[in-house]
Amino acid sequence: MRLTAVDRKATSLGLYVGQPLANARAMLPALKVMAANEPADLKLLERIADWCDGFTPFVALDPPRGLLLDVTGAAHLFGGEQAMLGRLCASLQKQGFKVRGALASTAVAARALARCQDGTVVPPGGEAASLAPLPIEALNLDPVTTHAFRRAGLKTIGQMASRGRAELTARFGAQLVFTLDHALGQTEKPISPRLPLPDYCAERRFAEPVVTQDTILSTLASLAASLSEVLERHGEGARRLEAVFFRADGAVRRIAVETGSPTREPAVIALLFREKLDALADPIDPGFGFDLIRLAAGRAERCDAAGFGADAKEKKEIRFLVDRLAARFGSHRILSFQPNDTHIPEAAFVTVPAQYAEASKLSWEKIREAREAPRRPLRLLASPEPVTVQQGEKLHFRWRHAPHVAAYLEGPERIAMEWWRHQTPQPSRDYFRVEDEEGRRFWLYREGETPRWFLHGMFA
Amino acid sequence: MTDTAEKIAVLRASLAKVEPAQTQARIPLGHDAADHCLKGGLVRGVLHEVLAAPGHETVAAGFAAALASRLGKHLLWIRQDFSALEHGELCATGLLELGLDPSRLLLLRVADVSGILRAASDALSCAALAAVVIEFPGNPKLLDLVAQRRLMLGAAEKGVSAILLRFGAKQDAGAAETRWLVRAACSPAQEENWGRPVFDAQLLRNRHGQTGHWVMEWSCDDGQFAANCGAVVSSSGDRPAAAAMESLRCVA
Repeated sequence: MRLTAVDRKATSLGLYVGQPLANARAMLPALKVMAANEPADLKLLERIADWCDGFTPFVALDPPRGLLLDVTGAAHLFGGEQAMLGRLCASLQKQGFKVRGALASTAVAARALARCQDGTVVPPGGEAASLAPLPIEALNLDPVTTHAFRRAGLKTIGQMASRGRAELTARFGAQLVFTLDHALGQTEKPISPRLPLPDYCAERRFAEPVVTQDTILSTLASLAASLSEVLERHGEGARRLEAVFFRADGAVRRIAVETGSPTREPAVIALLFREKLDALADPIDPGFGFDLIRLAAGRAERCDAAGFGADAKEKKEIRFLVDRLAARFGSHRILSFQPNDTHIPEAAFVTVPAQYAEASKLSWEKIREAREAPRRPLRLLASPEPVTVQQGEKLHFRWRHAPHVAAYLEGPERIAMEWWRHQTPQPSRDYFRVEDEEGRRFWLYREGETPRWFLHGMFA
Repeated sequence: MTDTAEKIAVLRASLAKVEPAQTQARIPLGHDAADHCLKGGLVRGVLHEVLAAPGHETVAAGFAAALASRLGKHLLWIRQDFSALEHGELCATGLLELGLDPSRLLLLRVADVSGILRAASDALSCAALAAVVIEFPGNPKLLDLVAQRRLMLGAAEKGVSAILLRFGAKQDAGAAETRWLVRAACSPAQEENWGRPVFDAQLLRNRHGQTGHWVMEWSCDDGQFAANCGAVVSSSGDRPAAAAMESLRCVA
């Protein structure tokens, strides 16, 4: 067992990461040790990342203990870069974390500075100068490479950068040169955010945290209004809307609703959230209140003003109803039917979530001739149920323990299984329409060499 | 006497204020006797109730689907999850055969009774829907007079009709405009083309008229009901049943 992390006091007493535990105990018999729990650490890091979302939506994890924030275009909201960094670190420290932070034009440079010069803000173009005196360990290269540099007498990033690129590439590979260029601000490599970036967002901060459901809903409504203005200006609507609630104590809760078509009407958005919040299995817990509420629009799509006429209005209203029911019950519960190109009865149609249903290329086609009785049942059993059949003068069958006597019988309509879909051949089915003596109509089929009978559906 | 007459007139007027005016157009079902009894047909924007006779659930569902398709184009069908196991899933091809357009039908599956009521009240506020079919099992406590009255008011607000389709339910006090008890009727004897949906429909309750009991046939081609006169189109003996039995014997 080895030490994976040590605090400041332990470092001052001579302990270090990677030291065998027995060794450390021998040095300090009173040493307090806790088992490392990497998943919990990562979870905590993610929660901090969630909280950092309040400063910028562009947050990336840098495990095991780092976070990278892209604050481009966000710093002015907090009074400049220095002030933003100060505020971020101060509030994390207030929450009990030990934080080191730095701000630079590239992620590698910022990370190196955060390790060695806490609180530095480097103006664009100043990376090379400010990184030059730092030890090469700051670049977080693999230990073998670092050791090789040490042995060659190159101890700082400045000394390393002074060597020729070709030399470095020949000895250590292209990756090292790339990292170095990146650290010195000569190339750019974007960081990848941990959450998809919203296309548009609107947010409101509160000096006094808000608690009541009414305030939350009215805030969402007014955010929806301002979001809608932006969307309208760009001629777009959102397919996915996410409300993010930042609690005063750092907890973050995200609630998303999806819509079937691009939406930007504030009233609609507000209502969808009202439904969703109402139907949550675990309601949002305001605790000491939310100090920031953000409404983000994702999957923005072109949204042309609705057409005129009753038909367009009808369609829009139905789509709204579908979105509303989907927000409350889940989109897998509101379904629409689509035709499917097969003659197997149970596969001849499919149910798809109505929110995502697109107009089908196939059309519905009747099987019966004009003036003929329906040839497909109104209700189809989830799986055909076996029935016992006796053939005498009339056909007797027993289904779910109830006896039926066929007064009328018509068939067979032979439906062969699709041999190209199955490995083992499936028997074809002979379907019969049967009316019992009470007038109920059933759809039975027979399959196999020694016939087995099944009931597949009921007619109206 | 005139005093009483005046009083009655005043009371009628005040009633008319309380009850929403029943001046909406009525939609004829196509069955003359039933239409006469309903004073012209079904009213839009009210609650209709269809009770299934035990064992005749699918037939009642067919009747409800037929009523709904008379009322207009866009329909929503609400059902509980277990209903698909118990009574089978709605079959789109079957609906098409009945003369309904499956692409205009939405199906909502909900987990419990309170969800059904909640969804129904949401759906009734969507004016683009013509009717909402609400499948209800048994006599749940939640579906009391208040809940039914609420559905009735919800239906009246936007003119969306609600059709309460009840399986295995005992008759109870209700707020519905009409209440039907539906069972299957036998196909007319000796008919070649048997098997068209024929309903034995009993109008148990009609708030603005008389009740009745008819055998109604749904014409899948015209999308309306017709009186079932039992007319024999062709009298070529008992051909269908006999021929099919014959084919069965051949296999056996």
